[in-house]
Amino acid sequence: MSSARTLSVKNLSIEFGGVHAVDDVSFDVEPGETFAIIGPNGAGKSTIFNLISRLYEPTNGTIHYGGQNLLDLPAHRVVSAGIGRTFQNIELFEHATVLQNLLVGRHAHMHRNPFSNFLFWPGVRKREIEHREKVEDIIDLLEITQYRDERIADLPYGARKNVELARALCAEPTLLLLDEPASGLNNEETDDISFYLDDVKHDLGVTLVMVEHDMNLVGQVADRVMAINHGKLLAIGSPDEVRENPDVQSAYLGVTE
Amino acid sequence: MQFLFKTAYNDDIRFLAKTGEKVRVSIVVIFLLAAPLFLQDYYLAELGLLLVYAIAGIGLMLLTGHTGQVSFGHAGFLGIGAYAHSVLLTVGFPFLLSILTSTAIAGLVGMALGRSASKMHGFYLAIATLAFGILIETLFGEWSSVTGGHMGYAVPALQVFGVPLTEVWQQYYVDLLFALFVVVGAANLFRSPTGRSFVAVRDSELSARCLGVNVEWVKIQSFGISAAITGLAGALLAHHLTYLAPDVFGVLESLKLLLMIVVGGLGTILGAILGAIVISLLPVGLSFLKGALPPAIGQTAGLEPLLFGMIIVLVIVFEPAGLYGRWMKIRFFFETFPYYRKSSFVRQKSYLKTERMR
Repeated sequence: MSSARTLSVKNLSIEFGGVHAVDDVSFDVEPGETFAIIGPNGAGKSTIFNLISRLYEPTNGTIHYGGQNLLDLPAHRVVSAGIGRTFQNIELFEHATVLQNLLVGRHAHMHRNPFSNFLFWPGVRKREIEHREKVEDIIDLLEITQYRDERIADLPYGARKNVELARALCAEPTLLLLDEPASGLNNEETDDISFYLDDVKHDLGVTLVMVEHDMNLVGQVADRVMAINHGKLLAIGSPDEVRENPDVQSAYLGVTE
Repeated sequence: MQFLFKTAYNDDIRFLAKTGEKVRVSIVVIFLLAAPLFLQDYYLAELGLLLVYAIAGIGLMLLTGHTGQVSFGHAGFLGIGAYAHSVLLTVGFPFLLSILTSTAIAGLVGMALGRSASKMHGFYLAIATLAFGILIETLFGEWSSVTGGHMGYAVPALQVFGVPLTEVWQQYYVDLLFALFVVVGAANLFRSPTGRSFVAVRDSELSARCLGVNVEWVKIQSFGISAAITGLAGALLAHHLTYLAPDVFGVLESLKLLLMIVVGGLGTILGAILGAIVISLLPVGLSFLKGALPPAIGQTAGLEPLLFGMIIVLVIVFEPAGLYGRWMKIRFFFETFPYYRKSSFVRQKSYLKTERMR
């Protein structure tokens, strides 16, 4: 399902009224790897995600994915380029069921015409069923069958995290941006998430980019780590290398020697 | 409790999965089909009017209840449908072509309004739609060469394929036919991608956008479909009114439509229908009430708007989910008897929402 595509970010910058939220950051994410972005609060991690999903317009720099210039695309076309995402504060459709949420995840692949939808012509039903089959695969993969017909508003927090991951996967992305997949989860749930992420990576061949605070999870799943602070890049390397880096340590602990 | 065992994907797509639902809906449809047999003309005409308001309610429900875009100017679309239909009939269009054209005109105006409203939220959207409603009302009043201005406009008699349908029961069946068509169509929307994208935009524009939903376009579509359905209701309403005047389609009428869907329960098609029932029964109940009250109170002008206001306040305070929500609770009470508790329907407030980017 995945094709070999590289996410390459070059000299990315964004200013909000004089604040350099992201300042001249460059990195590449190779296909198949798991790439983690770490940094203290307000470092600009989520801003990088929002720039890649085209919710923000960068002041400077380029973002390419597999040779395609993402800056040419409006936000709602990014998913068609193969980039899916989740959110730090779960952004599910609360008054819809899990199944309906996942079907919205298929939206980019759907043929939609209000007139034929209103009349529900036979073709509409046929395509609906085809998409449902895809959705069921994801439901099986993430083991959320028991929540299938529940409304999101009735689900506990941990289950919502899973459903949001499932919804992002329904779009069949080749690269997935995960904004703090383990935030607010207990140890057991975090273990589950790392297990699911492993499945996603190996079974679906999805490249993962994540923002995460839980260093255990980062150590478990990430191949490479990028640390940033005040919008500036501090270090890129293996989890251990980055953890040993004096700049990173001082950013987190405030050590000045 | 009833459990549904699903064995095919079609089980999710099918309407009326539960036996109870099937029975209830069949009873209602049979009642509606047979109504002319046992209802007097006066009540039958009221029932026809109820169906027309149900259509208009569903129109507004798609926009406000399902897409989350409030509109304080929907009577404008009702008026566009009514005037366009009457004018086209007068010019000599046959009934079906005229009603289709006026539906399309309302839909196009709706899309144009949606185009300019697609980047607005909250108060700004409310004020923009309110302004639209007032603008349209003024237009009907001032454009007297076409609409007859404040003198009014006589609606040509109902006539389909050259057959005059002037009897009350004939008109009733025309209303019923369109009402059933709209109910099924709206329900179809919500089991297909278009309706789901509406709900997605209502619940989280941010993630809808990241999943490939073109939020602005969805809002334009929603305004268009909503306006078209309301315009259709307007065209049917014209035959009930028989004489059109601009002030019929003013702000009060818009508020009435809004009251309808709030009382009925936002976000459900059934809610729009329940709201239409309340709105239609209210004047009937009020006339009984007027007789029972002492003349000093009963004959006071403005009793109806006062009651409308009171009802909307009481519903928002005591049952924000509207009659539909109350109906769910009653059903749940019986399904889970004797385990129902008052807290069964208490919902936790939502978790943190990303508010920075709409």
